[in-house]
This record gives sequence, structure tokens and C-alpha cells, in this order.
Amino acid sequence: MITLDNIHKSFGDNHVLRGVDLHVARGTSMVIIGGSGTGKSIAIKTILGLVTPEKGTITVDGQDVSQTGDRDAFLARFGMLFQGAALFDSLPVWQNVAFRLLRGSLARPKAEAHEIAIEKLRRVGLTPDVADRLPAELSGGMQKRVGLARAIAAEPEIIFFDEPTTGLDPIMAGVINDLIREIVTEMGATTMTITHDMTSVRTIADNVAMLHGGKIRWTGPVADIDAATDPYVDQFIHGRAEGPIETVR
Amino acid sequence: MSWIAALGRATLGLLAAIGRVAMFFGSAVTHLLRPPFYPRELALALLNIGWLSLPVVGLTAIFTGGALALQIYAGGARFNAEAVVPQIVAIGMVRELGPVLVGLMIAARVTSSIAAEIATMKVTEQIDALVTLSTHPMKYLTVPRVLAATLVVPLLVAVGDVIGIFGGYAVATGTLGFNAAAYIQNTVDFLQTRDITSSLVKGAVFGCIAALMGCYFGMNSGRGAQGVGRATKGSVEAAAVLILAANFVLTGVFFSV
Repeated sequence: MITLDNIHKSFGDNHVLRGVDLHVARGTSMVIIGGSGTGKSIAIKTILGLVTPEKGTITVDGQDVSQTGDRDAFLARFGMLFQGAALFDSLPVWQNVAFRLLRGSLARPKAEAHEIAIEKLRRVGLTPDVADRLPAELSGGMQKRVGLARAIAAEPEIIFFDEPTTGLDPIMAGVINDLIREIVTEMGATTMTITHDMTSVRTIADNVAMLHGGKIRWTGPVADIDAATDPYVDQFIHGRAEGPIETVR
Repeated sequence: MSWIAALGRATLGLLAAIGRVAMFFGSAVTHLLRPPFYPRELALALLNIGWLSLPVVGLTAIFTGGALALQIYAGGARFNAEAVVPQIVAIGMVRELGPVLVGLMIAARVTSSIAAEIATMKVTEQIDALVTLSTHPMKYLTVPRVLAATLVVPLLVAVGDVIGIFGGYAVATGTLGFNAAAYIQNTVDFLQTRDITSSLVKGAVFGCIAALMGCYFGMNSGRGAQGVGRATKGSVEAAAVLILAANFVLTGVFFSV
């Protein structure tokens, strides 16, 4: 469904992506792992057009994403949970969740959008009294849940999760991981998740890809990751300081 | 000749910056003309830039008008001060001080606020989130603010002009012992339609510059708190300088013949 073919991206002298090749099949959950600054978020952002690659092709259902005529319709297929939730400070929680349902091609009447927002908030374990609060009044975990509710509000076919558990305590991280897995399964969506957290990998992933040195070093089913012979994968999943991945101490 | 190279680089940098701002403005104009439109965002911007700026505009204008009356009286007491003070207060406020001071107060209050808000949205990925939610940031953030400022700052200038003239009137009649009816008559007799037109046109241009600079610097902010700080500082500096430059050009256009 989603294919990245030889994607390159640089920022000045920093060559972040040096030929990324990746395929994500429809209805599967792909998790991309890798160290900080290896370009995992950039890879996802190239698919959405938030970052333009210098070289390579990205296709979704065979269609080149750089040639999408109706951008609104193209983006309506996606939902995304950002690392810091990226909720709009000036809008109450329910309007954040229903943002896409209040404007654009998916616009619904306000009452209906409000109802859907409340339902999605319930789905992520938040009570309706949260709906009229501002994002700044919520804890980090609650903000992530609201971000998750916003990502699924319009029932997209493809959902991206950027570091969904970063900054959360282990219990809340577990709750978010379980929620993502449940939602992905019940919606049948195709998902890509970026994380360093191996607990998230084992909970969320069908398939795993490891990004290092601007390329995909290893990809395969999550069940195979512990048996992977690649020394980079081995070092990463076991969190060892010694190995081919350079660490600064 | 390293200084020539440095001068060349600086000139090219300045031209590139002017080009980027011009393209940003052009993009805002094209988005203004194409749907979807965001009336709620426009209404909020009108409220924030217009209504909520009234106190600071009013206070600035009344003190300036009062001080102007005192200055002109001090200098004009040797001749016909009773006629000169209202005339110069009126012309000074309406032609120059009203639009320029309102423009600069808007740059301080609104440009900084827009730049800080949009820059913060950028560093916290809210701008990226807007895009993923099929909402163009230029349409949703820039167009309502620039349009609102262009529409509402002329009204603020008009209010500032009136309050400034009133400040001069209050000082002249309350402290300097001028005749109230004569003061008003002298003010009305001396002002021309061209003075008022220039004041309102300047207000529209200054409002557009103030909001545009806030949006431009916010959208192009660097990372982190330092990036937000730089964007805010840069936006106010650019808006203030451009407002003063535009004032010079517009004064030339309206009054050089």
C-alpha cells in the first residue's frame, strides 16, 4: 500500500535519508525503530508531503504522492499522532478532536462533529467532561490520548504514530500502546509507528524496520526480531552501549 | 577586496529576503481569493487586533495630542497661538502622528503576538498538524490575520486621530485657557479630505505590514525557545522599519504636490 523507493533527504550537510526503501502492506502495522536523529520522523513526513525528498518516489496504492491532484482528498486518508500531541492551544479539546470534521471536504454539522468527538474521546478512555477544557489544562498522557482521538476521528485508512509513548510513565505508555493496538485492529487501518521503545514495538508491530545511517538496515515480522542476525538490530533491541552503533559517552 | 564581497553578499541577502517576503505576500493574496474561507478565524483576528488594541491606541493618542498642544503653544505663544495650536495638532495627528504611532503600537502589540503564537505553533508541530488535517496554514493562520489588520487598523487610526485631537483640545481649553468653540472651529476648518484619506490609507498599509511580518517571521521561525524569541524580535523590528519607510513613501505620494 505504501512504498518508499530510494528516498534521499538532506538538511545542509546532514544527509538524513540516503536511499530508504520500505514497503508497508495494507492493513498491517509497521514500526520503524532507530536511534535519535536517524530520520525516522522525516521518513514519515515525506509521505505526507510535510518534507519534500530530493530523490526517490513514494507511492500510496500505486499513486505517486507528489502527483496527487486533490491534496485535501489525499490527506483525508491519513491520521497522525504527533510526538508532542500538537494540539491546538486556542481550541477546546472537542474542537481539536473534531477539527477535520468541522471544515474541509469531511465537514459535518457542528452537533454531529461534537457527538463524534465525544465518542472518540470515550474510545481513548477520556470522559466527556474533558471535551470543553483547553489542551494546556490536561496532563501529558491525556494530551496524547486527545491526539490519538484526533488521529482516528475521521476514521482514516492510514495512521501514523510519531513516538506515541515518549515522555509518559511506563503505565501510561502501556495504556497508549494497548489503545493503539486495539484501535488499529478494530479499524483495520494501515499504520506506521516511530518509536525507540521496544515495549511499544512488541505491542504494536506486525512488522518492524530498523533505520540507521539513512537506510533501512533490517525489516521483517516482529516475531523474527529477536532472532535477527544484524548486529545493529541486536545492539538496538538489547540496548547495549557496545556495538556497531556509535554512542557518545 | 573582501569588503566588496561582503557588501555584495549583504545586498544579495537583502534582495533575497525582500523576494521571500514578496512571495509570502503574493501567496497570502492568492489564498485570500480562493475558498475555503475561515470566517471564525477572521472574526477572532478582528476582535484581537481591533477591539483589544483600543485601550493602548487611545492612551497613546491622548497623551500625544496633549503633549503636541503644549509644545506648539510653547513655540507659538509669540504669535497667533489660538489659531496655530488646533491647526497643527489636527494636521500633526491626522497626517503623521496618528497613523505612525498607531502603526508602531500595533507592531509592538499585534506583530509580536502573531509571530510568537505562530512560531510556537511551528516548533510544537501544530503547523504540521494543520497540514495533515487538510488545512492550509497560509489560509487558516495568515490570511485572516493580514485581512483583519488591513481592515481594522484604519479604524484604529481614525479613533486615534479623534482622541489625539481631543487630547490637544483638553490641554488647550483646560490648561492654556483657549476658547473651546474656537478651537473646534479652527480644527474643522483646517483639516482637508486629503488629510483624512491619507491617514486611513496609511492605517491600512501599516496594518497589513504589521500582520504580514508577524506571520512571515512566525512561519519561518527557527527551533526551540530561541527560535521563537528571534522570530518575535525580528518581526517587530521589520514591521517598525517597514512602517516608517512606508510612511515616508505614502507621505510623498499624498503631499509632495
